[in-house]
Amino acid sequence: MLNSKKLSIFTAISAAAIATSLITPTANAALPNLPTLTAGVLTIGTDDPAYGPWFDSNTPANGKGFESAVAFAVAKQLGYPASKVKWVKASFNSVIQPGKKNFDFDINQISITEERKNVVDFSSGYYDVAQAVVSVKGSSIAKASKISDLSKVALGAQVGTTSLATINSIVKPSKKVSVYDSNDLATAALTAGQIKGLVVDLPTAFYIAATAKNAVLVGQFPAQAKSEQFGLVLSKGSALTSKVSAAVDALRANGTLKAIADKWLANVGGAPVFKK
Amino acid sequence: MTYTPSTLRLQREAARRQASRRSTTIALISTLGVGAGVVLVVTGAKGFQLVRQSFFSLHYAVHSFPSVLSGIWLNLRVMVVAEIFVLIFGLLLALARTSKSPVLYPARLFATVYTDIFRGLPLLLVLLLVGFGIPGLQISWIPNSAVLLGTVSLILTYSAYVAEVIRAGIEAVNPAQRMASRALGLSQAQTQRHVVLPQALRKVTPPLLNDLVSLQKDSGLISVLGAIDAIRAAGIETAQSFNFTPYLVAGAIFVALTIPLTRFTDWLTRKQDRARQQQGRW
Repeated sequence: MLNSKKLSIFTAISAAAIATSLITPTANAALPNLPTLTAGVLTIGTDDPAYGPWFDSNTPANGKGFESAVAFAVAKQLGYPASKVKWVKASFNSVIQPGKKNFDFDINQISITEERKNVVDFSSGYYDVAQAVVSVKGSSIAKASKISDLSKVALGAQVGTTSLATINSIVKPSKKVSVYDSNDLATAALTAGQIKGLVVDLPTAFYIAATAKNAVLVGQFPAQAKSEQFGLVLSKGSALTSKVSAAVDALRANGTLKAIADKWLANVGGAPVFKK
Repeated sequence: MTYTPSTLRLQREAARRQASRRSTTIALISTLGVGAGVVLVVTGAKGFQLVRQSFFSLHYAVHSFPSVLSGIWLNLRVMVVAEIFVLIFGLLLALARTSKSPVLYPARLFATVYTDIFRGLPLLLVLLLVGFGIPGLQISWIPNSAVLLGTVSLILTYSAYVAEVIRAGIEAVNPAQRMASRALGLSQAQTQRHVVLPQALRKVTPPLLNDLVSLQKDSGLISVLGAIDAIRAAGIETAQSFNFTPYLVAGAIFVALTIPLTRFTDWLTRKQDRARQQQGRW
């Protein structure tokens, strides 16, 4: 039995509720309903340590660095503000293993190849990769301009990188290649003189040349017929792949990717290109 | 008159045969049952097909086999060279530590400090310090090779462990042996060489072989300095294909190499035990 007092209280409360919902910003309500690991939160993985110029101070969450910026831009394109992005550590092996991943997508300078697509899903490429060579001042290849100059010396690369594949397929060195766990150790070997040249992607080469003692950028390899690209990695058959890919395509189309590259890879200017 | 076994003996033998046949059947049934149980649990798991493709792919096993095999060749070379020097250096350290003469005190002190330090330092640390630190000193006559510096690190670390094992063997030789040889007129050096060391080394052969098996695996750690051993070769293949089968191939080769060593250790130990029981020989 509705008496007038109860009715008026009820009307007042419901009016207040409607008014509040109209005034409150709709940011919270607009979170996309995507099948992420944690509802309402986008979990992004990367390796530890996270190197420059891709990240800054090993802190992916600070938004500084090319890949950190791209990740936050993709998240925003999908509808997740920076406060709803969670970063987790994902070693390279944990990214390529079959089975459940602990992230929605991973961003870690991983190149897209057909063979790898059998095991994981890739988004569209967010960066076109060029490979480059770093050496030390005064070494025999510090001023090399031809690929054939490089084939006579001891070269090194990080394990699992397409840099290693570049050495084996393009340079075809006569000396055995040295392979390192990480670019830190490879740089240590370079400064210790155990390798004469270190092959890494171009932005990393600029970073090493700027930060490591006596290191100098020798040059970059000419662009290959099939251009190599970095892509975001998702679990095979993930429901997010098409959405994430579309987000990357949109960012490329509206110029965001180029703007981010110009901001964080600005000093990655023209390195001399090797001739045959 | 030819020997014919009695009925009692025949009955006893028949009973023994039946008992052994029954225990063999039960063992077979039990093994098959456990095996079937394991197979059912593993293949019934949800992710089995994916794991099988990622870890047991025949295509990638065949594809990666040559590079993993050439990596194993590096492991073997490093292991053989390192083991020879480890045994020599370990023996010298053990002799230094067990010497009683006052004139050898600096050697005794050095051996004690050495074994403490190198048993305390992780092998990885020694590898990084020796592999990247020594070239930094730019001493011209030290070759700047990752394999050489890696082997030196292994020798430095493992001789500390082996020295302690040999020292335990030396101290385990009955003091009566030493007294007896002195009574026979043998000098200290002759005692060590003809009486103490043969017995001590025979005693510690199983732990020494154990260390050799361990060294075979640790020889792969020189890959941190850039050399391509079996595990690194497997890792390179894995990173290209995102398939883990090459690691299994490397693992299988390592196990195949270890089995002869372990069976040899068992045989040697059994032979020594038998000799000791039957002939009182040490």
